Amino acid sequence: MTMSFAQEAGFIVAAYAITAFVVAALIAWVVLDHSAQRRILDDLAERGVSRRSQRSEG
Amino acid sequence: MAVIDLANPTRFLRFVERVLPWLALLTLLVFAIGLYRAVNAPDDYQQGATVKIMFLHVPAAWLGMLGWALMSIAALGTLVWRHPLADVAGKAAAPIGAAFTLICLITGSLWGRPTWGTYWVWDARLTSVLVLFLLYLGVLALYWTAEDPGRGARAAAVLTLVGAINLPIIKFSVDWWNTLHQPASILRMGGSAIDSSILWPLLIMALAFTLLFFTLHLAAMRNEILRRRVRALRLMQAQQFAEARP
Repeated sequence: MTMSFAQEAGFIVAAYAITAFVVAALIAWVVLDHSAQRRILDDLAERGVSRRSQRSEG
Repeated sequence: MAVIDLANPTRFLRFVERVLPWLALLTLLVFAIGLYRAVNAPDDYQQGATVKIMFLHVPAAWLGMLGWALMSIAALGTLVWRHPLADVAGKAAAPIGAAFTLICLITGSLWGRPTWGTYWVWDARLTSVLVLFLLYLGVLALYWTAEDPGRGARAAAVLTLVGAINLPIIKFSVDWWNTLHQPASILRMGGSAIDSSILWPLLIMALAFTLLFFTLHLAAMRNEILRRRVRALRLMQAQQFAEARP
């Protein structure tokens, strides 16, 4: 069975596009999660809730 | 810094902050080289241009299995030594391993249609990789739904160790059973069966994906340590409120 280049290209482009999407989603998850945790920690610190080690450092 | 120092979460966080930007930069660089070599790789004499899907499919398959192997070591650390960073490492690896297994399944399916004439067959290799993906989802469900994180971590560790049986099944499925999936052509006795013009782009892409895996894993471990600090501080705050009440 031989396929035309256009048909083959469709499968190749789909594979690369889906991989790029999944990798981008992973990167976004890691970056957004980090900023969310940092924001909550900063908020807690502003309200005076912090770890003993951080209080002694400050 | 000695390796043993990294067992301390605070020191580990400092290590991650220092290493992560360089690791991300190296990942980008190796990806640029790998993609350039992949785009310029010659077509296969049988599969034509669709061989380019292999540069995604094979590294994703390796990393799906590597993720579970890492989680298995971390599960031993959780159950035997009860080290907090072991559970952090296992929990952080699960979504990343699941994502790479999903990429492996989808790209394999897209490669199968033009080469085999079908998107899916229930042969031993494809089915065992699907089982790996379902096991990942099971572990994630245990982590995300457990009310007591400690109990969830132990349950996930047990499932991870049980699921590790699937790794040799995936690897040797093409030898043990008659499968549509081809037998090992890279890591095999007698050397690789792939021509160097295709093998090198594949190895560079595998290195790039591996670097990406570890970059994401370190970043996810950092996030998990911060999440646990948030939880500890909130518990401490709740305790202070309770004690302050008349």
